[in-house]
Amino acid sequence: MKNKIRIASGQGFWGDLQTAPMDQVSKGPIDYLMMDFLAEVTMSIMQKQKRRNSELGYAKDLVQIIEQILPICIEKNIKIITNGGGANPEGCRDAIFKCANKKGYKNLKIAAVHGDDILPNIDQLRKQGIPFTNLENGASFDSIGHKMLSANVYFGARPIVEALKQGAQIVITGRTTDTSLTYAPMIHEFGWSWEDWDKLAAGVVAGHILECGGQATGGNFSADWKSVPDLAHIGFPIAEAYPDGEFIVTKHENTGGLVSVDTITEQLMYEIGDPKNYITPDCVADFSSIKLEQVGNNRVRVFGVKGRPDTDTFKVSMAYADGYTAVSTLTFTWPDALEKAKKADEILRTRLADLGLHFDEIRTEFLGLNSCHGHLAPMPDKINEIVLRIGVRSHDHHAVERFGKEIAPLILTGPPSVTGFAGGRPKPSDVIAYWPSLIPKKDINPIVTVTSI
Amino acid sequence: MKIKLENICHTRSGDKGDTANIGLIALKPEYYPIIKKYVTEEKVKKHFEGICLGKVVRYEMPNLNALNFLLHNSLGGGGTVSLMNDAQGKTLGSALLRMEIEVEEQV
Repeated sequence: MKNKIRIASGQGFWGDLQTAPMDQVSKGPIDYLMMDFLAEVTMSIMQKQKRRNSELGYAKDLVQIIEQILPICIEKNIKIITNGGGANPEGCRDAIFKCANKKGYKNLKIAAVHGDDILPNIDQLRKQGIPFTNLENGASFDSIGHKMLSANVYFGARPIVEALKQGAQIVITGRTTDTSLTYAPMIHEFGWSWEDWDKLAAGVVAGHILECGGQATGGNFSADWKSVPDLAHIGFPIAEAYPDGEFIVTKHENTGGLVSVDTITEQLMYEIGDPKNYITPDCVADFSSIKLEQVGNNRVRVFGVKGRPDTDTFKVSMAYADGYTAVSTLTFTWPDALEKAKKADEILRTRLADLGLHFDEIRTEFLGLNSCHGHLAPMPDKINEIVLRIGVRSHDHHAVERFGKEIAPLILTGPPSVTGFAGGRPKPSDVIAYWPSLIPKKDINPIVTVTSI
Repeated sequence: MKIKLENICHTRSGDKGDTANIGLIALKPEYYPIIKKYVTEEKVKKHFEGICLGKVVRYEMPNLNALNFLLHNSLGGGGTVSLMNDAQGKTLGSALLRMEIEVEEQV
């Protein structure tokens, strides 16, 4: 058994800093690279890509990233764990094999973790008595069933640990939890029991810190952000994990950013609910038990974490089509910038009403004035310029499309000193609504397929 | 005396569907009892009047000198449904820092 392992975060979301994975594998020692690609509605986007082309449906960026870092990962025996397989982990694996073949690599073992996609079996599962009631508002599945775009079970670390046990160098998963990508290697390397709740919970905490990349190392830091050095070359977080469940958060030497009790605390508060009940597929972590201590330059020790047994359900993330939106902006300048923007908004709304179009919502915001803080933002004495931002949402595609045609005319038929309409008419985007629910663990099992070349 | 939260706290905020969460963290451990005493659910609900349309729930995290607030019905439907510029509530943390509290203690 190793006495410590270093797990590095390489991506915090689909589209994160493209240089981060290479920095993590090349600028210092690590054992594992984890990369999180999946947000709540990402799966439905990938599902759509897969429907158009059965070989796609995963994060294409991931294949490019792995192509870049694979030589170093092979040389240093760094294992890669990522949920970038999205709706098609096996397709993603095949694309990586194709790259590896071209470069002539031998003995590369890749695991694909799937079985999370329950879209094809929804009716069967409903017949078995699983209601898929909305976890947030208690609404009945009947209201949205026919509009489903994707339905995925959040698996935990078990299938990833199984893949590592079978010797995979790269583990590509579908919808596993973001945190499991980090704590699976701890369970694998340190031989933790699946009932050692405190250690599992400590691993979950490490996962929560790593899963948003640079947001733990000085990015988006609200306390004294000006003091964070060299954000241009920010080092992504690394968890130096020990067999007893303690770990140290750090980053590579000679990188920018900051690892302090304050930066780690902010990340621990990110998108949490009840801190005593941070529910994961493998345990319930108690975030009110976490203790932090600065133990060196850019080194924070995390200890004292308590956990409790897991629940008997997996969370299911579903997405369904729910109409269309479009958003557009126009910039108005002094004098009377705000009055001009308000008049343009009024004219537009009148024209849309004259056309008899139906919208579920029309929202007007004034960027530069108060679009984020609303009435909490004090009115400035003088306004130099203002961005009028108008968004519409409707189940009528024609209405949203027509809205797009009403923006440009405002420039020559509305208030003066207006600009900023570039890039053509705003096009309708699909609204992908989110539907969280539960499924009993006994009714679903992950599938691990390990393949080598 | 009056204190602006900006001077004793930092924050991070984000979304879970139509609910925003704001982590309010005391800049020094001695400020934690102050925010715990004065930054109540009621006060936060009133602060975000017209922005937070649902209930406000507060959780205490003395281990991190922090309070976690959940602001229900605050993001225009959340996710891709929302037409808001800040559909993910990323800036609501700094909006909370605008709050002023009247305290008995000397800070």
